[in-house]
Amino acid sequence: MKVLDAIKKIEADIVNLSDGDREIITGYCGDFLSFVMGKAPQDCCWFTVMTNINVCAVATLADVSLVVLCEGVAPSPELVEKCKTQGVNLAKTKHDVFEAVRRYLNEV
Amino acid sequence: MEQCVHLEFEVAGNNFAQAGLASDQVKSTLKKLGIDPQDIRRVAIAMYEGEINMVIHANGGRAYVDIFVDKICINLIDQGKGIENIELAMTPGYSTAPDDVRALGFGAGMGLPNMKKYTDVFNIESEVGKGTKVEMEIHFR
Ligand SMILES: Nc1ncnc2c1ncn2[C@@H]1O[C@H](COP(=O)(O)OP(=O)(O)OP(=O)(O)O)[C@@H](O)[C@H]1O
Ligand SMILES: [Mg+2]
Repeated sequence: MKVLDAIKKIEADIVNLSDGDREIITGYCGDFLSFVMGKAPQDCCWFTVMTNINVCAVATLADVSLVVLCEGVAPSPELVEKCKTQGVNLAKTKHDVFEAVRRYLNEV
Repeated sequence: MEQCVHLEFEVAGNNFAQAGLASDQVKSTLKKLGIDPQDIRRVAIAMYEGEINMVIHANGGRAYVDIFVDKICINLIDQGKGIENIELAMTPGYSTAPDDVRALGFGAGMGLPNMKKYTDVFNIESEVGKGTKVEMEIHFR
């Protein structure tokens, strides 16, 4: 699925879109960054409630296609800025992680 | 053995705006050299965990990176507080990360286990009050 299509399905708002055509091939949910780092597959959609600047470094290094901030949390200004310079796709949604994933998987 | 590139980085303590930049630079260099994406991934994971540990636990340090045709050697050296019990520190789930750092998503106690898992050579030497040296090698497959 393409990043832009996923954002629509999840009912998320774009925070930073660097490459809407990038492919997502799988997903990962988690907030502890070392779990994400060690386990999030390449080209995944990462669902989290973490909003600080380190999210960008992890997304970059783990080759995440799209970060979705759930539960209506707001990204820190530093995170938004860094995602822009690093080219990380970032979106936010009011849905909780389970609900966001369910929409992503089309099980609504 | 033919050496391609030597890189050195100053890693600033407690500076999250910069944390990960050294790892990112190594990653871009490997990409330019045409290294296999799966190998780059292992390097990125191991180096980021080591870099962020120096940021959080050691008030910063230095990273020395040597890239060869068939492997990468990463040495992370800090003059931080050191690790009293390395075996304990290596245990998945063990963490002394303070609450403010946990609130940022660190402190799962998975950094060192990740580093060991994704590297081919992994050694730590540490002395309390003096600092820590982490030596890693990733062999390109
Ligand atoms: N460079 C270092 N200097 C001093 N202590 C360290 C250093 N690296 C690791 N440690 C100690 O080892 C513990 C375990 O490290 P590890 O990276 O596995 O987990 P963490 O950093 O606490 O959490 P996580 O990496 O999952 O966010 C740390 O909590 C800390 O006490
Ligand atoms: Mg760590």
